[in-house]
Amino acid sequence: MSPRIADIWVYLAATPLLGLTITLLAYLGAYRIYERSGFTPLLNPVALAIIALVAALSATGTAYQTYFDGAQFVHFLLGPATVALAVPLYAQLRRMRQLLVPLAGALAAGSVTAIASAIGIAWLLGVSESSLLSLAPKSVTAPIAMGIAEKIGGVPSLTAVLVVATGVSGAVMAKYVLDALGIRDHGVRGFAVGIASHGIGTARAFQVSEQAGAFAGLGMGLNGVLTAILMPLMLALWRWL
Amino acid sequence: MLGALATLLVYQLIGEVLVLALALPLPGPVVGMLLLFVSLWAKGAIPEKLRDTANGLLQHLSLLFVPAGVGVMVHFARLSGEWLPLVVAVLASTALAIAAAALTMRLLMRQGASREGEAR
Repeated sequence: MSPRIADIWVYLAATPLLGLTITLLAYLGAYRIYERSGFTPLLNPVALAIIALVAALSATGTAYQTYFDGAQFVHFLLGPATVALAVPLYAQLRRMRQLLVPLAGALAAGSVTAIASAIGIAWLLGVSESSLLSLAPKSVTAPIAMGIAEKIGGVPSLTAVLVVATGVSGAVMAKYVLDALGIRDHGVRGFAVGIASHGIGTARAFQVSEQAGAFAGLGMGLNGVLTAILMPLMLALWRWL
Repeated sequence: MLGALATLLVYQLIGEVLVLALALPLPGPVVGMLLLFVSLWAKGAIPEKLRDTANGLLQHLSLLFVPAGVGVMVHFARLSGEWLPLVVAVLASTALAIAAAALTMRLLMRQGASREGEAR
């Protein structure tokens, strides 16, 4: 009996089917828990799914690369999903045109704060230089952040992990931070979350309202562009200081 | 749905090609998003099927980050020494960025509103 099971395992481990299926099942299970809790931000489905998958892979001794051979089909959809952000963005066009100055100001403030505080805090806490450079672009969406990290001397795959951690922490904390500051406008709330915590924050914003989601998508897109431009300047400034 | 998915992929492809051809400092999908946005603007409306497909894809946007996040297991060795400062930096910096962006936007919206009030 047991050799048969081993054969089946060898077969499954060699196809992308397993990695893809467990990714979907882990996320569905995590989402069910999130739903049952009444969508409390503390039980973020991305975080729950990642914990479950890391535990399962570690327990079975499966390498990340083997898993990713299957999961890459999910990862790939990040591209078309980014393009799809144009749709909610266009739906909010009228409101955004009225808010040109507030949006530009918020973008600049959020983007500079995200980069400067990440570098500053990590440096004060004695983080190694390669980890610090991997952390610096953490607030922008994974493909942009990894590109920036590579250019400035960080470790792109570590950046991907820190980007996801930032997204999850933004999705978890945003409600509490914004409530404490007394900010109620869904446009403002969404835009701030999108700037600070990219796609995962944007996904959370879409679960709250379409308006918050569209503004978050705008913040994420604009901050991706601005961070790519600002990063070399901010690093030069930090080195000079 | 299939047509709308093809539309998204075509825009991404055009974005990727433009990035490579013009050596733009942006990822291809972001350029694709900007191009689709301009197309919708020129058209003046969102086709219903495109809207449905886009909303379906964006509803579970967070699922798409799971495979990259599981990559944390590759970095356990590095993180075992530095995880605490990195976690503190991520949490504090994210909260500060949310607060800075939201407070600035509210301030500028109020200034804009009071200026409009004066003009009247």
